[in-house]
Amino acid sequence: MSHYELRCRECGRTWGNQPRSICDECFSPLEVAYDYDAIRCEGSFTRERISQRSPNMWRYAELLPLPQSFKPGLPVGFTPLFQAPHLAERLGALPQNLYIKNDAVCLPTLSFKDRVVAVALAQAREFGFDTVSCSSTGNLANAVAAHAAREEFKAWIFIPADLEPAKILGTNVFGAKVVRIAGSYDQVNRLCSQIADERNWGFVNVNLRPYYAEGSKTVGFEIAEQLGWRLPDNVVVPMAGGSLIVKIKKAFDELIKLGLVEGKEVKFFGAQATGCSPISTAVKTGASEIEPQKPATIARSLAIGNPADGHYAIKTIKNSGGWSEDVSDPEVIDSIRLLAETEGIFTETAGGVTVGSAGKLYRQDRILPEETTVLCITGNGLKTTDVLAGVYEAERPIAPKLAEFEQYLQRTLDVAEVARETSVVGA
Amino acid sequence: MPITVQIPTALRRHTAGVGSIQCAATNLDQLFSVLDEKFPDLRPHLRDEKGQVRRFLNIYVNEEDIRFLGGPSYAFQEGDEVLLVPSIAGGA
Repeated sequence: MSHYELRCRECGRTWGNQPRSICDECFSPLEVAYDYDAIRCEGSFTRERISQRSPNMWRYAELLPLPQSFKPGLPVGFTPLFQAPHLAERLGALPQNLYIKNDAVCLPTLSFKDRVVAVALAQAREFGFDTVSCSSTGNLANAVAAHAAREEFKAWIFIPADLEPAKILGTNVFGAKVVRIAGSYDQVNRLCSQIADERNWGFVNVNLRPYYAEGSKTVGFEIAEQLGWRLPDNVVVPMAGGSLIVKIKKAFDELIKLGLVEGKEVKFFGAQATGCSPISTAVKTGASEIEPQKPATIARSLAIGNPADGHYAIKTIKNSGGWSEDVSDPEVIDSIRLLAETEGIFTETAGGVTVGSAGKLYRQDRILPEETTVLCITGNGLKTTDVLAGVYEAERPIAPKLAEFEQYLQRTLDVAEVARETSVVGA
Repeated sequence: MPITVQIPTALRRHTAGVGSIQCAATNLDQLFSVLDEKFPDLRPHLRDEKGQVRRFLNIYVNEEDIRFLGGPSYAFQEGDEVLLVPSIAGGA
């Protein structure tokens, strides 16, 4: 028996389970509601039982909208959570109190979007779709294309034409039909809602969206479990459509409700690029609604000027006592390099946004050094290498001769460094 | 000065299945009045009790969000295609 169904977030009307994301009554978004009493009664969602399961996102199956017939295919999720002591030092945190949740290594396509797509496609199968689709700024495109290949769906992917080449290639390679649209993501999104009206396709972020969005909760479940079944004081989350931050909050609330963690007021902090910061701007100005923007930022995975979950993201942030910050494009690049140089993690532009914004939040004392803080890194730097073009000069090659290397050292290192290198050799 | 208004599938049960209409509205307010008159059942789905356009309803003129064109003060041009579209998510 399934313990979930669709419910309107505003008027509360229930819709059973079907491919639909909008309440016909009030046009508001639907979300998946669970029968928590039934889940509690079954008694299988406990710390002990979960710890015996495979290390992937399916270990939280009771709190995901999965059909009875669903058999997990890929080991998606359960990405590393670890302390970031060197980054902490640079941001102004205590070394043991700053954590990275690293979805740059999420399987199979190196972003947190694998989590949402895995859930959406489980429902696409249940609803009988043979074609899946999405509008995307890149990571979702990669994830839909890869999961569709594995699960034998046809895939149609709609993207803004100016997307990073690696994200386009990383969609093509799975055999998906990639449609480049001469327009912004918001325009692609609008087009997809019209196409979804006309075709019997499973659009993961249109008619399957309520199910898809639930996959994001697994980031929250994992953070709690990996911290030893406790909640952090703060989480810093990059925001595009605004769904992830809302769903991490939902995950924490569900764990409290079912008694897996102690209740705690976690503060939620949002991160955006200044060139596309409708949610951050609303938080800073005290507005409860989004004013749409025309994105102009290198953080293209976050370039959504009219975020559908913006209203709920603002609410989540404000009600938690958190805040939202945004960073310029040069700060994004500096922050990508900072995370790489301090912790050995190469994140994409969205990760630069998160790290850069976290730095500001520490400097503003909105996040305190002694608080346990988790930064959500949601994507991999190998997909957005183009933004680092020109940052590192290509070295002139030298001949494979020791003497040439010695000359190279003299040329590139300063006197003190040469002396130090020589003394190491001498020792 | 006729404009065309496209009505999404989700709302067509309130329009007896009609998916598009032409009308001579010159601004958003007039457009809503036309829709109210033609499809009285549609009104509560487009606007809330206070008469405000519902939060999750986006209105596009041709390819542009009407809020970038001035919202209620935008004067429709002949041949404009108006789309009523629910907000949807994605990205990152």
